[in-house]
Amino acid sequence: MVKTPIYLDYSATTPVDPRVAEQMIPYLTEKFGNPASRSHEFGWDAEKAVEEAREQVAALVNADPKEIVWTSGATESNNLAIKGAAHFYQGKGKHIVTVMTEHKAVLDTVRHLESEGFEATYLKPEPNGLVDIDQFTAALRPDTIVVSVMLVNNEIGVVQDIAAMGEICRARGIIFHVDAAQATGKVAIDLSKLKVDLMSFSAHKTYGPKGIGALYVRRKPRVRLEAQMHGGGHERGMRSGTLATHQIVGMGEAFRIAREEMAAENEHVRALRDRLYAGLSQIEEVHVNGDMENRVPHNLNISFSFVEGESLIMAIRDLAVSSGSACTSASLEPSYVLRALGRSDELAHSSIRFTIGRFTTEAEIDYAIDLVKAKIGRLRELSPLWDMFKEGIDLSTVKWAAH
Amino acid sequence: MSPAYFDHNATTPLDERVLAAMLPYFREHYGNPSSRHAFGREARRAVDAAREQVAHAIGAYPTQVSFVSGGTEGNNLLIRGAAARLKPGQIAVSAVEHPCVTKPAQELLEQGWRLRKLTVDRTGRLDMADLDDALREPTRLVSVMLANNETGVVQDVAAVAEKARGAGALVHTDAVQALGKMAVGFADLNVHAMTLSAHKVYGPKGIGALVLDKRLDIKPQITGGGHERGLRAGTENVAAIVGFGAACELAARRLEEFAAQARPMRERLDQGLRELGATVFGDGARRLPNTSYFAVPGIDGETLVMALDRAGFAVASGAACSSGAAEASPVLLAMGVERELARGAVRVSLGWSNGMGQVEQFLLALRNEILKLKKMAAVAA
Amino acid sequence: MSYSTKVLDHYENPRNVGTFGSEDEGVATGMVGAPACGDVMKLQIKVNKDGVIEDAKFKTYGCGSAIASSSLVTEWVKGKTLDEALSIKNTQIAEELALPPVKIHCSVLAEDAIKAAVADYKAKHGAMVETAACKG
Repeated sequence: MVKTPIYLDYSATTPVDPRVAEQMIPYLTEKFGNPASRSHEFGWDAEKAVEEAREQVAALVNADPKEIVWTSGATESNNLAIKGAAHFYQGKGKHIVTVMTEHKAVLDTVRHLESEGFEATYLKPEPNGLVDIDQFTAALRPDTIVVSVMLVNNEIGVVQDIAAMGEICRARGIIFHVDAAQATGKVAIDLSKLKVDLMSFSAHKTYGPKGIGALYVRRKPRVRLEAQMHGGGHERGMRSGTLATHQIVGMGEAFRIAREEMAAENEHVRALRDRLYAGLSQIEEVHVNGDMENRVPHNLNISFSFVEGESLIMAIRDLAVSSGSACTSASLEPSYVLRALGRSDELAHSSIRFTIGRFTTEAEIDYAIDLVKAKIGRLRELSPLWDMFKEGIDLSTVKWAAH
Repeated sequence: MSPAYFDHNATTPLDERVLAAMLPYFREHYGNPSSRHAFGREARRAVDAAREQVAHAIGAYPTQVSFVSGGTEGNNLLIRGAAARLKPGQIAVSAVEHPCVTKPAQELLEQGWRLRKLTVDRTGRLDMADLDDALREPTRLVSVMLANNETGVVQDVAAVAEKARGAGALVHTDAVQALGKMAVGFADLNVHAMTLSAHKVYGPKGIGALVLDKRLDIKPQITGGGHERGLRAGTENVAAIVGFGAACELAARRLEEFAAQARPMRERLDQGLRELGATVFGDGARRLPNTSYFAVPGIDGETLVMALDRAGFAVASGAACSSGAAEASPVLLAMGVERELARGAVRVSLGWSNGMGQVEQFLLALRNEILKLKKMAAVAA
Repeated sequence: MSYSTKVLDHYENPRNVGTFGSEDEGVATGMVGAPACGDVMKLQIKVNKDGVIEDAKFKTYGCGSAIASSSLVTEWVKGKTLDEALSIKNTQIAEELALPPVKIHCSVLAEDAIKAAVADYKAKHGAMVETAACKG
């Protein structure tokens, strides 16, 4: 018998891996020094740990440790990258390009810059969630200074072709930022080959602790940023603030594990995801959101026609899943990501994101399949729309009473 | 023998009770507080409970407390965020503020602001006459720290707030060093905003708070997701927030006990230092009970700190953040200390783990090191 | 989102789910809401010769509160005359189910469903209703 609720929300956050926790704890207790303390062993020990972790993070993405700047998380990294680059390079132009399906941390930051007088283009992805390269190229202008595209979408898990986009940006001298918060440990990233200038990372999506992230800032060719947080001049002036040693150590260990175990882990989660997909595909009128080929192996985002989203979440509350992204799910707004793909509000509302992880078992997946099947059946029994569909009525032709 | 840790103003070890409170939030209650499922709700409850603990420790309402990544972010957010919502005018900060107040304040010059640095006297106390003088100019924002990280000197922030409010300015205090070492009351000080940090009060690094009068309009500096009621985006650092809450509760409960333990040690230290011919900075001013900042004339601070480290005492020369640079402390220069003497500055900051025995040993070790260094200086001469 | 125990009860054990047969006498249907708004309620009433609602059934596409509101309404209208049914107010539904402010629209929709069903009945059986009402 499986223990409920079953956690299938690994893209919202992950538990800290036991090996990560084990590495972190000494830096909370006996090795508690401030890495900025240069006058005693407590500080030196902490600084050494911070630099080892920097190497571990750099190793996962094949970067130089000197290119890694610690932040409080991917949200801060995205803010620092986009605002920092836009402010630094605004003399060259004031146009920014991003995608409608980016995380709010990117979209809100670009909006903020628009309020400061920058101009922005928000690319609409194809119905499968992927950005068309020709459309991408066409959006670039002589005054475009920054482009921001996420590697892996948090809701639908699609993987964008950042290699191609990077080549195009580099040829035009445009700073290319990539939000890779959802990608680490899922997609191989080689920054020695990719023409990416700035890349955001988060620890807590990859079995590390919350409250820590990093920004990759390319050194060759050198990318400049205007710091967004000032003070003691930590992180070579790019980001001040006492470094949270234990969290940094945790992120380093989490990224070390990700590097070493990515291949095996992806096989594990892919098998479970495919099993889930096969099971749920037996239900009538289900629609997968996002491309299934160019997609991380642990994500399944699926819409169930003729059932309402909130009652669906309530019905399957034994499963900890997301409807829409975690950050916006407190509101009743349908997912803006799914709407950008052209999904109707109804289908966006009745979408569920299942994200599988390191600790998910086959028994949990089987339980989830049975539960969803039973509950969708029950809710459709209750649904007047399902009746109409079964009677062959095309719901799009029905004139609904104003409400 | 593990060295005696005398650098609690740089950072503190985590209290084991704080660790115990935090641990379940790494592996068991790991949800994202923004998630609506049971894991998320559990995390949200923990964040809310910690917010109450922090608020309670400083006599504020939970709704006034916003979590940020630490003191640096809190101070940056307040200065930059408040200024963004005000018409450019004068900002007045004390001459002994931490760089994470001074630097964002300096940055405002580019946006048409005028920066007024408020002078301090030789003991490090804010010169109230200079504040009065500054407030004759229309002033929008005043930031004066409650206790200085280097000297431990405590400012009369309530008096500053009264004057500043009277002149129509917003008042902020950086209370990062004061928390846990003296009574800190948000309402009592009558400020509009206050910055706190966890790792100075036996809590974890990477978490702090900005406490705000709700009428204050602050422009967020990290956007995307609407966390912390839109003031500060980013997934909440749940375990650290829980640790911060626990640390605040402990600090509030043990405030008197802390002073009772630290003060006699610090007094013995100051007495011993004076006997060794040292100058104790901030002597005569109200200071935190745990901080002693001194210099021995003719002896370089960096050299002395390294010698003390070898002798088993972890102390600081100047503030931790800037201790990489061998420059004289701007705080001491602002107090009118001669550059030569300022370069000799060494800070001892005591904490729970220290005892009187360590203080006596320290004074002995210091005497030896001073003698050695003087002898070397004599040979060199 | 936390639901009241009454909402949960109706959601878990909805009363009177279903559809009357098309051959049933005295049946009227009210369908309100729209899929794009997130709720569609279909309320059916079966009215006897005396103008009293003797049975009711519903189907609802909507959140737990919408399902509970319509389930509750099927219980409440039974045994009532059409006019009595029309006197049911959304505030009573919201109060009974302890709906939070963001869910008040569910109770409004349920009230609308009653009105729509009664209107449908009157449109189909206008004369009979008047007679029944006069007798009463």
